[in-house]
Amino acid sequence: MGLTAVFGSGAGTSSYEDFHRTAFILLVGSNAAEAHPIIFHHIMKGVKNGAEMVVVDPRQTLTTKKAHEHVRIAVGSDIALVNAMAHVIIRDGLYHKEFVEHATEGFEAFAESVSTWTAERASLVTGIAADRIESLARRYAAAPTCMIAWTLGITEHHNAVDNVRGLINLALLCGNVGRSGSGLNPLRGQNNVQGGGDMGALPGRLPGFQDITDPDVRHKFEAAWGTLISKVPGYDQTQMFHAMEENRLKGLFVIGENPVQSDANSRLVRRLLSDLDALVVQDIFMTPTAELADVVFPAFVSFAESEGTYTNSERRVQRVKAARKAPGEARDDLWILASLARSMGHDWPILGAQALFDEMRRLTINFRGITYERMEKLRGMQWPVYDENHPGSSVLHERLWQSDPGPKAPFAVVDWEPPVEGLSSEYPFLLTTGRRLAFFNTGVQSNVYDHPHKIGEWMELHPKDAMDLGIQDGEIIAVESKRGRVQVPAYYSEAVSPGTVFMSLHFPDEVTTNDLTIDATDPQSGTAEFKAAAVRLSRLDEAAGKEA
Amino acid sequence: MPEVRRLLPESTCRSDPASPARFTERGWDRAMERALSMDPDEIIADVKASGIKGRGGAAFPTGVKWESVKKALGDMRYVVMNADESELGTFKDRALLQQDPLGALVGVLIAAHAVDAQKAYCYIRGEYRQAEGRLKDALGTLRQLGWVGPNGVDIEIRRGAGAYIAGEETALLNSIEGKRAEPRVKPPFPTNQGLWGRPTLIQNVETLANVAVLLAHDVNWFKEYGSSDTSGTKLIGLSGHVRRPGVYEVPFGYPLANLLNDSDLGGGVAGSQRLGAILIGGAAGTFLSSDEINDSVLDYASLARYGANIGSGALMVFDDTVDLRWVLRKLARFFSDESCGQCVPCRIGTRRVLELIEHGGLTTRQDDLRELSQAMRDASICGLGQTAPVALLSLLDRPDLIQG
Amino acid sequence: MHDQLRLTIDGVNVTVPQGSTVKDAIEATNQSVPTLCWHENLEPANACRACVVELKGSRVLVASCSRAAEDGMEIQTTTERVLNSRKLVAELLMSTSNADLAFDLQHLAEITGANPGRFSGGATWERPLQDDNSLYVRDMAKCILCYRCVQACGEDAQNTFAISVAGRGFEAHIDAGFGRELPESDCVYCGNCVAVCPTGALIGKTEWNLRQEGRWNEEGLTRTDTICSYCGVGCALTLHVLDNRIVKVTSPADHPVTHGMLCVKGRYGYEFAQVEGE
Repeated sequence: MGLTAVFGSGAGTSSYEDFHRTAFILLVGSNAAEAHPIIFHHIMKGVKNGAEMVVVDPRQTLTTKKAHEHVRIAVGSDIALVNAMAHVIIRDGLYHKEFVEHATEGFEAFAESVSTWTAERASLVTGIAADRIESLARRYAAAPTCMIAWTLGITEHHNAVDNVRGLINLALLCGNVGRSGSGLNPLRGQNNVQGGGDMGALPGRLPGFQDITDPDVRHKFEAAWGTLISKVPGYDQTQMFHAMEENRLKGLFVIGENPVQSDANSRLVRRLLSDLDALVVQDIFMTPTAELADVVFPAFVSFAESEGTYTNSERRVQRVKAARKAPGEARDDLWILASLARSMGHDWPILGAQALFDEMRRLTINFRGITYERMEKLRGMQWPVYDENHPGSSVLHERLWQSDPGPKAPFAVVDWEPPVEGLSSEYPFLLTTGRRLAFFNTGVQSNVYDHPHKIGEWMELHPKDAMDLGIQDGEIIAVESKRGRVQVPAYYSEAVSPGTVFMSLHFPDEVTTNDLTIDATDPQSGTAEFKAAAVRLSRLDEAAGKEA
Repeated sequence: MPEVRRLLPESTCRSDPASPARFTERGWDRAMERALSMDPDEIIADVKASGIKGRGGAAFPTGVKWESVKKALGDMRYVVMNADESELGTFKDRALLQQDPLGALVGVLIAAHAVDAQKAYCYIRGEYRQAEGRLKDALGTLRQLGWVGPNGVDIEIRRGAGAYIAGEETALLNSIEGKRAEPRVKPPFPTNQGLWGRPTLIQNVETLANVAVLLAHDVNWFKEYGSSDTSGTKLIGLSGHVRRPGVYEVPFGYPLANLLNDSDLGGGVAGSQRLGAILIGGAAGTFLSSDEINDSVLDYASLARYGANIGSGALMVFDDTVDLRWVLRKLARFFSDESCGQCVPCRIGTRRVLELIEHGGLTTRQDDLRELSQAMRDASICGLGQTAPVALLSLLDRPDLIQG
Repeated sequence: MHDQLRLTIDGVNVTVPQGSTVKDAIEATNQSVPTLCWHENLEPANACRACVVELKGSRVLVASCSRAAEDGMEIQTTTERVLNSRKLVAELLMSTSNADLAFDLQHLAEITGANPGRFSGGATWERPLQDDNSLYVRDMAKCILCYRCVQACGEDAQNTFAISVAGRGFEAHIDAGFGRELPESDCVYCGNCVAVCPTGALIGKTEWNLRQEGRWNEEGLTRTDTICSYCGVGCALTLHVLDNRIVKVTSPADHPVTHGMLCVKGRYGYEFAQVEGE
């Protein structure tokens, strides 16, 4: 979202191999060692080659343990940190003046906006000592190249897009985009988040990030598809839930998602889905969302039973192939969609994945040169690939360094706001969520295999807090937010700071963490603030006592 | 000829070995002042001219090594003193460190000045607690006198943990870096990529002591002792069937028989009083018969005629009643225990050599032993594996030495 | 600076780019070099010594896998010393370890004319199977101590450093730290050690079980390259399917994202794709 606004396309600007040749690696809100282990291999190769690695994370993780510096930041205060870094860099004249002049716009307003963000001020918000912020800013600015990468620690906040814009500002200041060893890289959480966006699975976009409000774009697709396309963008997920709440949206087709368990404030989600006139779910399992459906379409397991492509976090479009036959009445996603259209009276041909892909690449520029044969031969291709002789693009936006930089990249004035839900005497702990290495999201995939570390959900609780509350190591406690209550074993951990507790979403059948999380979303991206909810903790006998 | 006293202090030297008084008494103040007044290239030229060769066993020309370290590219250079003396029958560095610890340290400081190193390490064998204590005291003295410290070269002592292999120079570097003491493959040599990838000068204690005495005097003085091939003196660890076992300092070129028999040196063969053989060079050394001993002097070329080497200066004497197969079995067990386990020829080869010797293979499996030994010499990574079969081969080549 | 290096290999002139190894130069003459410990995505461990060759001017043989090629080097690959060393390496390992699944070692023994029984009868690496988790087993009687697993777990890929070599000499062995069982160690079960193991000492539990039951059938296996369905990294997976069931997952060693390495989810988290009939 933030990247699209600045550069025109919402994708990481570098290749994984750029980590090998960079001088500085800044990971913000990313636990790559656990959430993106193979990208972490590339990151560590860079460290071995001499790069300095700084990880900004409220929690100690396998990633922070490998960093030269772990900047332990208060949850939700990233903008204060990056604004203060920008403040120091501008104050001391350490920014890349030629690049800022040549390739960016809005610098003056931005400089003005961070002029009050001294390291001392940011220190009060972030909990990071002012001299450490100063030092980080200077080291960052002095590095000849820098790879900035982030994950959901940046985007699962109510101000997600502002967070991303803050990081983009930092990169623009020092020219860390559009060249080898420097770039801005969102590490994608799901295997085809990038591919979904690429293919136009966004309310206002058609394949190749083409804008639905642009009449030329619409006409091109209308001609190809023989149908009219609405010029009004559709709803994003948040808007859909609002529409359901207001009874404006009465039917929903859910493909391969499990919002009852994966979305924040799950009790509300469950109620809204139950109240729909019609719910259709297409999935490989009878998930709790499918349980609520009027109709369920059993689908193929995408990576092992069907054909198609995925796009990864470095824009590499790669072939997915069927390796085994699907069981029972399960059908391929494409067959289900086309058959549904046909039974609704439309004459859609039932096309194979390759035919569909070829149609798509005729209608886009970014993918035009990617063929199934080339993907096979080259082990995937990184878009944009403009024609069948184009080698693919390992780095985006190199234009910014050329004599004609094209549209200038804008700085954004972003200001820090605290998480929506402040702590109070009633809800004095901050609950933040994230992934654990061996598991994934709501566990639909990862809870089937028998991992030696599988002990179900647990809470990471700082021993100091535990002592204050009289909680034993491993004791099952009650956790309550304004939205719900769960019971979970709490284990002592110094990975979290006092006052903050951590849980994952991996075992919703036992512990529905999302009963606690807040459905405050970013107005621009629609992402929910999974990373910050106010909760209270109590021992079970005390909780029982209160209820009685 | 009476024993020489250069590296070892004169017996009249009564001051505390680590004291400032000893520092002056031994002339180390003169050595340091002279060294610091000289251009590093002049020092290297003097070391080259003196003909000092490495005393740890490899006998590489010291000045040449210094030159390569100085020329190597790097933002940092190190000097390492190898005091991990673990070769069987070798105890001369212990004597040197206990009797005159300041000399070797002065050698370290001169070397650091010559190759432009900012930091030095002394890696000392874990069992040498007493010598380590002396070394610490000596370091304290040098700090107190201002020769070591924030404004000059910093010296740090590191203690080994009881592995023979850690004395191998690249394994030693790994150990200092906190890694498992396994040898590195060469090239790159430590002179170019040593500690933490930086150019590193590694020298044996005795070599550094030689440098200190050289700088306390001059090249001509240094060359007064020694042979035309090799100048200076060598510390010899004499053990086994001799009347006066111990550490002796003798000039290069000295006849081996005299070393055993002179009244102020070995004092003659003990036990049956009839010489059987000597093992020269330690566990990885060569067995020499009494005829060969009588025909050899303490010098590299002379010994090379019989496939032998001075090595670290270990000389083990056996009278004619000793069953050398028994000795060989002991040596084989030593190597089998001390192989680091990294490469196949050494890890498994040392074990198979031991097993074959234990089961009479010296007579029944000679071809297999020779082929195995050849593969160990040719294909092992480091000197340990490469030289582990040397004593065995020397015995196979001298069937007369094997009784029965 | 020369960017091309000229060497002679067994008298044949060859030119290779700067940065090549002696092994690269030998292969440029269409000869193959036998290796056991060398792996294309790991730093050379120099442990097995199967690749040694004779270099003019060098007292000892040199490991061609790691030795940097230099201009003017004269290399011999078939001298008596080279052949003796290679044969001995095979014989020593065969006398020690169970080579049933060590196909590279079997090959080395074959091409060198090794007599696998020559040094047998002494100590071996016979030891109990370590079956302490549900994802892979460790049958260290098959280990040849090639160091590949240690490097893959360490700085050449995973950076977990859960395993290392412990002990010395013949007793040197791979250890998860203080002799611990794997579940008590730092192991994260990525299985990258299993992926690089050349002897079957580290082997997936499913494959192990099928082999024990006599149901592992190389001819019946299909291998299909696809992409992992977990996070957004986009790792290439090779699904090994037997009787319509995924029985093993690997990744192509030449893939630009993975270099043959995966995480625990990609390598072992596939069972969800084949739970049926509930």
